[in-house]
Amino acid sequence: MKTKVGNPPPLLRLQNITKRYGTYVANDSVDLALEQGQICAILGENGAGKSTLMKTIYGIQQPDEGEIVWNGEKVAVTSPSVARDLGIGMVFQHFSLFETISVVENISLTVPGSLPELSEIIRQKADQYGLNINPESPVHGLSVGERQRVEIIRCLMQDPKLLILDEPTSVLPPHSVKQLFETLKKLSGRGVAMLYISHKLEEIRDLCHSAVVLRQGRVTGTANPQQATSAELARLMIGHDIPTARHAEAKPSCEPALAVSDLVYDNPDPLGESLDSVSMVVRPGEIVGIAGVSGNGQSTLARLLSGEIRLQGDEAGSIRIFDRSVGDAPPGMRRQLGVTFVPEERLGRATVPTMSLADNVLLTAHRAGLVRKGLIRRRQQADFADSCISDMDVRSRGRQSIASSLSGGNLQKFVLGRELLLKPRILIVSQPTWGIDVGAAAMVRQKLVDLRDTGTAILMISEELEEIFEISDRIHVMYHGRLSPSVQARSVTAEDVGRMMMGEFDQTMRAA
Amino acid sequence: MMLNRYALVQRNEVSLKSIMLVPLVTFILALLGSMVLFGFLGAPPLGGLYRLLIDPLSSAYNISEVVIKAAPLILIAQGLAIGFRAKVWNIGAEGQLIIGAVAASVIPITYPESQNVLMLPAMILTGMIAGAAWAGIAAMLKTRFNASEIIVTLMLNQIAMQILYFLINGPLKDPMGFSYPQSVSFPPVAMYPLLSGDGMLRANASIFVVILLSIAALIYVTRTFSGYTLLVGGLAPSAASYAGFSAQKAVWITLLIGGAAAGLAGVGEIAGPIGRLQPTLSPGYGFAAIIVAFLGGLHPVGILLAGTFMAIVYVGADGAIIDAGLPPAAPVIFQGMVLVFYLASFALVHYRIVRIQPEARA
Repeated sequence: MKTKVGNPPPLLRLQNITKRYGTYVANDSVDLALEQGQICAILGENGAGKSTLMKTIYGIQQPDEGEIVWNGEKVAVTSPSVARDLGIGMVFQHFSLFETISVVENISLTVPGSLPELSEIIRQKADQYGLNINPESPVHGLSVGERQRVEIIRCLMQDPKLLILDEPTSVLPPHSVKQLFETLKKLSGRGVAMLYISHKLEEIRDLCHSAVVLRQGRVTGTANPQQATSAELARLMIGHDIPTARHAEAKPSCEPALAVSDLVYDNPDPLGESLDSVSMVVRPGEIVGIAGVSGNGQSTLARLLSGEIRLQGDEAGSIRIFDRSVGDAPPGMRRQLGVTFVPEERLGRATVPTMSLADNVLLTAHRAGLVRKGLIRRRQQADFADSCISDMDVRSRGRQSIASSLSGGNLQKFVLGRELLLKPRILIVSQPTWGIDVGAAAMVRQKLVDLRDTGTAILMISEELEEIFEISDRIHVMYHGRLSPSVQARSVTAEDVGRMMMGEFDQTMRAA
Repeated sequence: MMLNRYALVQRNEVSLKSIMLVPLVTFILALLGSMVLFGFLGAPPLGGLYRLLIDPLSSAYNISEVVIKAAPLILIAQGLAIGFRAKVWNIGAEGQLIIGAVAASVIPITYPESQNVLMLPAMILTGMIAGAAWAGIAAMLKTRFNASEIIVTLMLNQIAMQILYFLINGPLKDPMGFSYPQSVSFPPVAMYPLLSGDGMLRANASIFVVILLSIAALIYVTRTFSGYTLLVGGLAPSAASYAGFSAQKAVWITLLIGGAAAGLAGVGEIAGPIGRLQPTLSPGYGFAAIIVAFLGGLHPVGILLAGTFMAIVYVGADGAIIDAGLPPAAPVIFQGMVLVFYLASFALVHYRIVRIQPEARA
């Protein structure tokens, strides 16, 4: 359903857009044209300049050179409100909704009109585009997919001609992705053009009419995604083929390394996630994946396992590491037993943002001989940091670089490198490839598989289903604080897991 | 709006050289600023500055006075800075100083005729323990009930003061003192030895204690793992929790260190220039040390310089008001200017000004 408009002036044309941050060129003479109703994919690794380009179009920042031509007229998009007046809307990767108020109240913050009027318009738009949502629902009760629908409706309230979507499916279960695509295709049919940022090549092939590939700030190619294969698109994006993780059948031993039995946790925070009777086992030499949409209790589970949240003494036995009851043990004691952790927040939790990489190594690696008699051993510390950087190909200006100056992917490689160098017997990793580019993600996954093959027990929490399937041996699904029984990754389909992600394991799986 | 066109952007790396330049630039700007101000006040600008900054260093007696004032400022600031780096806000150093002094003074008041040379070391130990214990009250309330250490330490200042007033008018009062609220004079073994033999100068050996403790602080914050864990707790609490560094332990360590340092400073006053227990022990050293700690960039070497500088201004202020005809507020204004210029240059070292592209109307 490619929409071609005969008249020459395209809806949006970028000419020679250049944006620099100091000496770093984020966008280098980018040209791009977009017709009405056209869905154009913006492909590229992290740091390729996609977000910079979108921010320029949406008026969050100004280009240093080049111009934006809108409907044949040169415009200066000096702020998002100017962009919205032109008819440009943006759906962000991270939602900007207030949890404690309702959908319509959230929308009324940016769209003029009385609440009843707005509710009516929301219902109309929702009907029109199949975005099922109740305007009166409070946001904290909505699923991630529903929240995204609210964001999209908020954009649609202003009748946009161009919609920018920044990795919209990264947070959605497969079922909601399908719904989203139907909505987007309807919008395209009505002449709304879209710029669609994503890492997921299959989706781009399903949805987009054209694709522009960015690498190091430059347009390195364009492709017709319906004709190109995913492998071809990937090659355009990173400049070489992506390796998929080698993944032989696991040979787990039978003694569990990590055992969780009937773990119950009532979160004192009313908006936090509670856990209800979670049980699982991870054995040396296997990767157990926990799938599920974020916000279903995964982060609470991860903190309970790491010791950042501790259980009361009498419940401590529900978490056991090498058959020792550790539910009430502090993080340090668990690490002493050979567990390391890679949390999902790299900046601020896995690392101290304002400290150098060398100092960030000390955070967890101080046990590895970097401290003697209470004094930091600078030589060993520097060596350890250098090993992290070289083992994982962390691109930085060396160990004195400040953690926050690294890109997400490089910081994740650094954190993983640090935890791997500690030679863990159990590794617990959350969202290992969240927001990092395909090249780095492939490397991270391969490292996990390699580690598994050395006999480490790995628990991986991830909401990327492809990743779960690529490297897990067994899969659990988390839904509303409950954990499904495990299924063998090789004998289950994505559809089955997708259904489990919507909570359909209680009846079927327990009966089985 | 012109200002809208500029923004502060954090620098990725900060060079050591630019950090070292901050105090120098601050000092020069404060000098220029105060010359202008003093000029407006009708005082000869250079004369005022001379009294404020050079005069305190112009005679052995004045230098000795500077040393006396610098010692408590530096001591307290070193202790406080360790807490501030961990974002534990102890503003009760004044009270901790008083309690340290009161506890230590019990020994010489009980044995006023003693000639035991262990008396001063015993007082030092007692003062540090008492100061730490006083700060420990705030640590306990913080870790048990999550009571703000800012409020608790601040209010404990008042309580410490009242305890001093009660004791100095009661049990610790000199019975032969014509009902003045003060204790007996301490015996020589309860005093820090003077630096000069002739007894003309008041500066005493406590300065060596200050230097030793500054070196200890430097090693603690730059070389020890314990110092590192405190800094992590201050910069990124989630990272500290992830790494398993206990936040409660950090509260205890920092408050105990801060209290002990302030208590030690209290001993330095009664066993130094004052020589007895009396109602006023400190002209607000506990509060001025907060400024010293920040002026010194929360770094032990910086604090050494900042404390000396503040002491010079303290000593110079008296002379400047009397001789150069400056209003009593002038020294305070000078201190204020130093702080403002310091904060501004510090910000510019860590951030740079970026010009935003001129906006065209759409």
